Amino acid sequence: MESQVLINEEQFALILDRLAHQLLEHHDFSDTDLVGLQPRGTRVAQRLSSRLSKLLGGKEVRCGALDVTFHRDDLRMRDKPIAPQENKMEFLVEGRKVILVDDVLFTGRTIRAGLDALLAYGRPTKVELAVLIDRRFKRELPIEPTYIGQQIDSISDQHVVVEWSEENDSDRVILFNAKPE
Amino acid sequence: MSDLSIKHLLGIRGMTRDDIETIFSTAAEFKEVLNRPIKKVPSLRDTTVANLFFENSTRTRLSFELAQKRLSADVVNFSAASSSVKKGETLVDTVNNILAMKVDMVVMRHPHPGAPHFLANKVNTTFVNAGDGTHEHPTQALLDSFSIREKLGNDLEGKKIAIVGDIRHSRVALSNILALKLQGATVRVCGPATLIPKHMASLGVEVSHDLDDTLAWADVANMLRIQLERQGDDDAIRFFPSIREYTMNFGLTTERLNRLDKELVILHPGPINRGVEISSEIADSDQAIILNQVENGVATRMAIMYLLANR
Repeated sequence: MESQVLINEEQFALILDRLAHQLLEHHDFSDTDLVGLQPRGTRVAQRLSSRLSKLLGGKEVRCGALDVTFHRDDLRMRDKPIAPQENKMEFLVEGRKVILVDDVLFTGRTIRAGLDALLAYGRPTKVELAVLIDRRFKRELPIEPTYIGQQIDSISDQHVVVEWSEENDSDRVILFNAKPE
Repeated sequence: MSDLSIKHLLGIRGMTRDDIETIFSTAAEFKEVLNRPIKKVPSLRDTTVANLFFENSTRTRLSFELAQKRLSADVVNFSAASSSVKKGETLVDTVNNILAMKVDMVVMRHPHPGAPHFLANKVNTTFVNAGDGTHEHPTQALLDSFSIREKLGNDLEGKKIAIVGDIRHSRVALSNILALKLQGATVRVCGPATLIPKHMASLGVEVSHDLDDTLAWADVANMLRIQLERQGDDDAIRFFPSIREYTMNFGLTTERLNRLDKELVILHPGPINRGVEISSEIADSDQAIILNQVENGVATRMAIMYLLANR
């Protein structure tokens, strides 16, 4: 199957470093939490959280994992129910600033579900969005990211896959011309 | 993606082990939802569920209704006492009339065994059996297994589980036996000979009439309720001579439990006859997971309806 590597391992690390520094420009993380969207956004959030901790001299940056399955708007349109993922939110976000984190932003529907799911943990004063990959021009909802790793122009048939060194050989982003098996 | 092999939940019979695992992994996530400050998710907001209870029920009905509301489904309730069933309408007509009002799922309890199976063939909607006579009560069996696994670790393979009491009149017993066998557990039923059906062993379970011996053997004891309302008329021949004699032989008393030098996991499907099948002290002790069962009931039923919706 035709594919190309969009981001290799070195670029991947640079992008995460840059995102971490961008977040630090705007937040001192005294009242800010990271919330990754399950399953893949959590990975990005964890990487960012450990980088931020290092940059802040070991200070803990809280990082939750939010599962949006039960909040999706396409549950009834699918043939099969979607299997939920573990939800690990060990803190409330009432009165806090929240940075939602996901790997690929496409239609914006997952983020909408994420905003909805987040409300179960209180009313944050501010919510921002950080994504590793922004597939622009494909939005179906008025949702735009605050922090972007890389923007990609792609057509609907193509698929963007983020690979992680925990499961594959290295961290990288690949563009497939058809849905990968 | 996760999928069940069944279109309705009519009984444990017909389900696969994978179905049970799918329901439990989904239920674990719903249990987490129930412990959030806001206990509601919008998953079934475009689904309407009718709860048809042709037989009295408090906790099962409440548990189903709460599960439906936590999933944001629209709910209509129906009980036979106040319905046109009393005016002579047939079961199929009653259900079809309700479905004509655009209902997507039916949760039904009926005093006749097989009633939901019959309707599932006649009527085009999704059925969840909330108890059919003395036949099956699948959601109770699933929440029982879920609760045991929470306590004993997530695997029932080789675990010894005793079901004690009125097996003859119990739909909870049959569903539990089928569900536990499917998960690889060893099951023993225990009770007076009159309250155990003749061909019980054909289900692949051990049969005992000695509670002390059974408790010494078991890791888990599920104490069924003595169904006083199903023991026949006042002047009929009883299944056991007196409540006191039953308690002496088959009641889980504190003395009996103290004689065992081990921790037992104790379940009871409720409502409890305190001092009959289980003593008050034990029912309130740490070994009894009766209230966990109630909590898990809502999560399990949420998982079942979530997985069956739109099938």
